[in-house]
Amino acid sequence: MSKDWPLWEVFIRARGGLSHKHVGSVHAPDAGLAIRHARDTYTRRLEGVSIWAVRSTDIVASDPAQAGPLFEPAETKVYRHPTFYDIPPQVKHI
Amino acid sequence: MAANPHLFDYLLRLGDDGLILGQRLTEWCGHAPALEVDLGLANLGLDLIGQATLLLGLAGEVEGKGRDADRLAFHRDVLAYRNCLLVEQPNGDFAQTIARQFLFSTARHALLEGLTASAEPRLAEIAAKAVKEVRYHVDLAADWVIRLGDGTGESRRRMIEGLDWFWRFVDEMFDMDPVEQALAAEGIAVDRTALRPGFDAKVNAVLTEATLPAPVYPRAVRGGRIGHHTEHLGHLLATMQFLPRTYPEAVW
Repeated sequence: MSKDWPLWEVFIRARGGLSHKHVGSVHAPDAGLAIRHARDTYTRRLEGVSIWAVRSTDIVASDPAQAGPLFEPAETKVYRHPTFYDIPPQVKHI
Repeated sequence: MAANPHLFDYLLRLGDDGLILGQRLTEWCGHAPALEVDLGLANLGLDLIGQATLLLGLAGEVEGKGRDADRLAFHRDVLAYRNCLLVEQPNGDFAQTIARQFLFSTARHALLEGLTASAEPRLAEIAAKAVKEVRYHVDLAADWVIRLGDGTGESRRRMIEGLDWFWRFVDEMFDMDPVEQALAAEGIAVDRTALRPGFDAKVNAVLTEATLPAPVYPRAVRGGRIGHHTEHLGHLLATMQFLPRTYPEAVW
């Protein structure tokens, strides 16, 4: 049955204030069951407070063959990291 | 509190319902239509076994003869089991499993909601934890009843057959007997007959959304609460109890 069901990419928000992170994928016949399957598969151990599911075919991805032109130019530009800021100790998750 | 002769029996009924259906659901492990459904059914089963552990643990305390939840689960014979007949029935196909789950969870949810106000605080605490789990079970099962009922010709036919088959076990879930009447009078148990209208309304709402007819009503069967079980329970217990009975010292 599952091979007839479309694939959905699952994103979980671990807790309020954090962004949703990709955790894996599930098969499901529709959006409602995609959320249900994601809940049963990926949040059994209290991993999250919110779930996004997106049809895998709706994800637009960069071409791995283009990784060189896309990403290599940034390799020599370490000055783009804002390392000269002091981060206050109260600020979490950075 | 003083030992209550009826409370032990009542806790066995509540615990055994969860334990036996939990064991049934785990039989789907590795056999469900999809990996995701496999996990979903196992989650339901584990929730129910967790509830049974608490309820049978409390039953052992109330009995006061030194039996813990494991002792009651694995070293009790079929005639001493007090679960309703619905939960011991074989899984059948996926639609039958969903029909059984929907009917059971809907009834169980109403019961647990009432038990959160039980005059027995330890039971009320267990109910407060379990009611959240069972709320999800109702949603999940209702979702599938609607999808299968309003799905393909074959899924619809199987869903109708599943509900027709399990409908004969529904009445027993709402039976009251002197044991439960006495406990209800003390505010410890819930009057099950008062839960029936809400159950019927919920079932009707879901069946309407699923475009399904009301189940055909054959003669109701009952007897689980006094140990008169169908032939299926003995086989289930043989599988479930084999290991701890054969290797009494085993730990895991």
